[in-house]
Amino acid sequence: MPINNYILLSIALFCIGIVGVLTRRNAIIIFMCIELMLNAVNLLLVAFSKMHARAALLAGDVNGTAGTDGQLFVFFIMVVAAAEVSVGLAIIVMMYRNIHSVDVNFLNRLKH
Amino acid sequence: MNIIQILFWFLSVVAIFSALMVITSKNPVYSVLWLIVTFFAISGHYILLNAQFLAIVNIIVYAGAIMVLFLFVIMLMNLNKETEPQKNRWLKMAGAVAGGCLLLVFVAALKGAGLKDQEAMVNEGDIGLIKNLGKELFTTYVVPFEISSILFLSAMVGAVVIGKKE
Repeated sequence: MPINNYILLSIALFCIGIVGVLTRRNAIIIFMCIELMLNAVNLLLVAFSKMHARAALLAGDVNGTAGTDGQLFVFFIMVVAAAEVSVGLAIIVMMYRNIHSVDVNFLNRLKH
Repeated sequence: MNIIQILFWFLSVVAIFSALMVITSKNPVYSVLWLIVTFFAISGHYILLNAQFLAIVNIIVYAGAIMVLFLFVIMLMNLNKETEPQKNRWLKMAGAVAGGCLLLVFVAALKGAGLKDQEAMVNEGDIGLIKNLGKELFTTYVVPFEISSILFLSAMVGAVVIGKKE
């Protein structure tokens, strides 16, 4: 499968996430769009890792572990995303408790 | 057009369509459900790339844990109704145009990247299996792995501190 296909798919998913962040007002949906962007990057990293593995194989690599780093990066991105979601949702719950809404338009001033 | 190409295009169409439904659904619960469909499509891509460990972790962590957390928060705040107040049509159009411009820039940058003859190894190769990944994770990357456990601990403490009633 040409790597360009995977890059175009990841670009499309990433830009859909960007449009979601820019157009939606609901804080939870903005957060979900950030998750979507993270997943687009993950998919691209895995595709590049397999591309690297194939290039190393064609160049005569014997043990064939080239490209493992990319997949471990994806693993660490998932770890950080899980931690980020727990803290971010706690912040959204606190925001809902204070202003009784999750609309980000109500957060345009620093004091409440 | 063999079976792998058919699967690739099918999963891509599913992923992009459900991602579009995520940002166009009025009801937040539907958005969460469409995002789960997107994650399953991306997991299908991982399986197609023979990255089986990441496919399973993606399903368990994202579609299983994180999305349930989202659904739980939405249900907790009673947001499962179609509430999108004060829609400004020009602002939405500006956001869509900005995202489209970013798409254009990325595609234009891809044209000059010189990756025409590169291919991703599909449905073969064993670097994505758990044996290889585990060996690498617990030898080369053991320090970041332990640091990520500290990150989890601090995130847990932070979530509890932020979330508790004062």
